[in-house]
Amino acid sequence: MAVLRCRGLRKKFGGTVVLDQLDLTVAEHQVVALIGASGSGKSTLLRCVNLLDELDDGTIELDGEDISDPRVDPDRVRRRIGMVFQAYNLFPHLSVLENITLAPRRVHRRARAEAEAQARELLDRVGLGARADAYPDRLSGGQQQRVAIVRALANSPRLMLLDEVTSALDPELVGEVLAMIRDLKADGMTMVLATHEMGFAREVADEVCFLDAGRVVESGPPEQVLGEPTQARTRQFLRRIIEAGRL
Amino acid sequence: MTLLDHMPSEAQLRRAAYRRRQTVYSVLVAASSTAALGALLVVAVTGAPGWDRVRRSFLDPEIARDALPAVLSGLWLNVRLLVCCAAGALLLGLVIAVLRTLRGPIFFPVRALAAGYTYTFRGLPLIIVLYLLTLGVPGLRLQGMPPVLVLGGFALVLTYGGYLAEVFRAGIESVHPSQLAAARSLGLTYRQTMRHVVLPQAVRRVAPPLLNDVVALQKDVGLVSLAGPIDAVRAAQIATAQSFNYTPYVVAGVLFVLLAIPLIAVTDWVTLRSARRQSGG
Repeated sequence: MAVLRCRGLRKKFGGTVVLDQLDLTVAEHQVVALIGASGSGKSTLLRCVNLLDELDDGTIELDGEDISDPRVDPDRVRRRIGMVFQAYNLFPHLSVLENITLAPRRVHRRARAEAEAQARELLDRVGLGARADAYPDRLSGGQQQRVAIVRALANSPRLMLLDEVTSALDPELVGEVLAMIRDLKADGMTMVLATHEMGFAREVADEVCFLDAGRVVESGPPEQVLGEPTQARTRQFLRRIIEAGRL
Repeated sequence: MTLLDHMPSEAQLRRAAYRRRQTVYSVLVAASSTAALGALLVVAVTGAPGWDRVRRSFLDPEIARDALPAVLSGLWLNVRLLVCCAAGALLLGLVIAVLRTLRGPIFFPVRALAAGYTYTFRGLPLIIVLYLLTLGVPGLRLQGMPPVLVLGGFALVLTYGGYLAEVFRAGIESVHPSQLAAARSLGLTYRQTMRHVVLPQAVRRVAPPLLNDVVALQKDVGLVSLAGPIDAVRAAQIATAQSFNYTPYVVAGVLFVLLAIPLIAVTDWVTLRSARRQSGG
């Protein structure tokens, strides 16, 4: 049973077509990596799935429910989807613990003590238990991004959307965030991640989709898409990546 | 301690000595230029041909002593009005600013009314609002009409609420859209996002300009005296009329400045703190 099924997605910003007849299916426990140049539509796809951007055409199904129907309450859909952003987007006026417990307390109406206990447990598991009462600006980029992932996990999401979560990090901090995503995969989390880390996509993804001009040009197992691409545009993109020393 | 495990180099010692000399020199320059300017002012004012007469009619210690109790009791009215009106105007401003951010067609009349309110009361002179409320409204001869002082307070709250609403709105709009995206992606409703994510950040950011408007309000509350109640300035005016001497005005002015100092100091402190925070300190 597919957790996420996108069919014929289309999105325009002004005169530019950002998503063009895009199809994507993600099965339970599957990790799908979206690769492609900046502006190829990776982030827009994730934002549309989370109903942060409105589609111009096409349908999105989450667990078989058509969530692109305008009658669907977006807040109820977003509770089932966790999203992590490139720039972390932690709330600067709230401590780490308050950032994580905000949605469990306000959206899921959990008791404060219960929500905090759960948050501390999640923080302990990723080695950030000691920073629970710190404010985001006292944390390194890697720590902030790990807190942002924990914040999304606290909602017990059905699907995680990760939007270039290591792109804003210093190189030496990328590893700790990738390790956390690796652990999520081991726990069976269903994930769609937009990434520029080809080595990581190869290691963690079950399927790699190469996007170009808002379309999935090529998709398949990472060894095939990254190793023996069949499409000329995929080969061209990977050649540039290799020349930049990123593969 | 770094002093114990680190012996500064010769070059560093020379630099430190040079900086100390520079500091002493700067202090000396500042002190002498201040003294020179002060002396110049004193000579210019006291040496003026009309100085004796001005001193008698503006700086008479005996008249100051006589006027002080009346001016002080007027000032007490200013203080009470300031506290009530500042609280009322801050609350009204926040409510109006939030109403202007409401979305959806059903809230169109609310948004339009809120926008119309800020346009009207920021454009309308405070004195006219005061006259309309304190003289016009009692003229309706309705039952249970509040006293003139309360009506004057309403006029102040209405006028300043318009300014403060715009300050709050600027703060709300300064919160980056990515914060909204993060909150909504967690499943928070629009209202929860405003309440827990946007407003706390917005209010912190605009605290300095809000306090600045409260300092301005502190002086404008006295205008209710146009409708009868006796504030500090009106008390000074009465004392002046009795003694044919302007000293009571000077007394009231000094008291106003003294009253404003704590509020201005708090404003400066809040401004400094938020500037530091924004520079990532």
